[in-house]
Amino acid sequence: MKFTFFHLMPYRPLDMAARHQHRAGWVVLPNELYDPKRGADEYQSYIDQLVYAEELGFDIIAVNEHHQTAYGLMPAPNLIASALIQRTRRAKIAILGRALPLVNNPINIAEEFAMLDNLSKGRIITGFVRGIGNEYHATGINPYFSHERFQEAHDLIVAAWTRPGPFPFEGEHYNLRYVNLWPRPYQTPHPPIWIPSMGSSETIRWAAAPERKYTFLVTFSGRDLVARYLNLYREQAKEYGYEASPDQLGFASPLYVAETDERAQEEARAGIETLFNDFLAVPWEMLMPPGYTSLPSMKNTMKMRKALGAKKRHSLEELMESGTVVVGSPRTVREHIERLREATGANHLVTMLQFGVLNDELTKRNMELFASEVMPHFRD
Amino acid sequence: MNEHRHKVRDVSVRVRRDGKGPPLVYLHGPAGLPEWTPFFVQLAQAHEVMVPEHPGFGTSDNPAWIRNVGDVAMYYLDFLDGLNAPRVHLVGHALGGWIAAEVAVRNAARLASLTLIAPAGLRQKGLPAGDNFIWSPEETVRNLFYDQSFAEKMLAHVPSEEEADLALTNRFMAAKLGWEPRWFNPALERWLHRIPVPTLVLWGADDKFLPSQYVERWRARVPDVTVEILPQCGHLPQVERADATAARIVRFLKGNAS
Repeated sequence: MKFTFFHLMPYRPLDMAARHQHRAGWVVLPNELYDPKRGADEYQSYIDQLVYAEELGFDIIAVNEHHQTAYGLMPAPNLIASALIQRTRRAKIAILGRALPLVNNPINIAEEFAMLDNLSKGRIITGFVRGIGNEYHATGINPYFSHERFQEAHDLIVAAWTRPGPFPFEGEHYNLRYVNLWPRPYQTPHPPIWIPSMGSSETIRWAAAPERKYTFLVTFSGRDLVARYLNLYREQAKEYGYEASPDQLGFASPLYVAETDERAQEEARAGIETLFNDFLAVPWEMLMPPGYTSLPSMKNTMKMRKALGAKKRHSLEELMESGTVVVGSPRTVREHIERLREATGANHLVTMLQFGVLNDELTKRNMELFASEVMPHFRD
Repeated sequence: MNEHRHKVRDVSVRVRRDGKGPPLVYLHGPAGLPEWTPFFVQLAQAHEVMVPEHPGFGTSDNPAWIRNVGDVAMYYLDFLDGLNAPRVHLVGHALGGWIAAEVAVRNAARLASLTLIAPAGLRQKGLPAGDNFIWSPEETVRNLFYDQSFAEKMLAHVPSEEEADLALTNRFMAAKLGWEPRWFNPALERWLHRIPVPTLVLWGADDKFLPSQYVERWRARVPDVTVEILPQCGHLPQVERADATAARIVRFLKGNAS
């Protein structure tokens, strides 16, 4: 199994009482609540953690993109990736991902990834995402055209990476007379593309297509959903006439390891509960802008949500119960991973070992214990 | 009131119709085809009132070629050509007002007059429209009215599953047309001098979605314009001040018989 150390880079010094005077920790959260001195320290800590992950033996270190939020301080994740290239030698660096529909010229993304691929001599893994609903409020991009723009931007970027330039690109949203990338990507035919997703059948069908075979990553979902979506991908691959390789399948989860279950829960509680209730929680209108998903899937989601009842705070216990987070002794954590690996055949585990307000010291212990007590057990 | 399907080229839409008299076409706002409220009953006493459900809304067809308000305006030029009336009074609310103005600047040959109730379509820098896409359902309803008793009544109604589905369909189409730029077309203001028919612009003074100050931009650009501001009234004058709004429109149209 391959292990990724993934970071969101939350703004931990956030004044939580002040945050709850606003409808979300996103978009409308006044940026006066961000203190640049403390924020700069956060960047330093987090970059150190990502670099340390290489030392501990993680295969991949990963960053991601979010906008106008205390949930993650990486509106431009490629800047962090660039810094990581200079401080690491072996680990792959994954950007999971860039939100393609949010830009007006996807060539910028193709160029930046190509630069990173050259700078790292082929250590880059790219992720293509649509951004979560909040991001359509933050950027003003029309969510109704999110899927269209994603497809078109994807086609443009892959063409820019693989087709000899210059050539014209003629689309609905993007029109360029000259596509002619300098530099070209280092890897051939291009850096790997991963698709992190909450799991929609349309995305699964698209990612699994034989001309793509993109690694599909189920992010922050309960264990049943992880198994369901990854198996959907495998079935889809069979329908396409091939067997999905374990490297095409992965799942991402916040994890916390300590000597005992009790101690792990005690230490992880504040981090997990702030992640879900303070940093991530947003009202429906922000998370699901109209058109962000298809009308039938939006209707389904609304019905499910109605059945679940009014929103409340998620407790660590509930999140553990559903398997959305994994917290416990090395044995508990190993068993969880083993079960999911057996149920899905996935070869990629994307770990989030810093989450919410979890401090540097506990993060370091978590990383070390995970690397020494969990990872070796799954080495092939 | 009766309801029928009206087909132009490849697009079939639902139309509600009632009354006798000079024809009047009402273009609805982003919430979709309105109920046949006292406002329409009153209009129908003086006019043949037709209320089409825009393409993409409710049960009307949603052709892929409609991608923006300009496309909807071109659709309505076809729609007007297909009516058995040489000219109609065109009335529009919010999104419908925006569409009506886009129709009028393109080709007013089928128009006897233009009435815009709290129209979208223009912006005023420094005074953005209310963010109806971020408001919660309750906030939205409250922000529509000056008199909160209207909001209370609306909030007390629990929508059926069918109503909720239609509302979601309408919300999708409203986003398609109005998300970005948010509820305006930067080119429209440049072309308002092309509106050759008498125009009435009506606005609730206390509109929290599209501020009534926007009326000044219409007043400045539309050649033959009459402006009416309704005090103590929110974004839906046709609901909150139904009698006064209908009476004002009927009076205006009488003075501009087709």
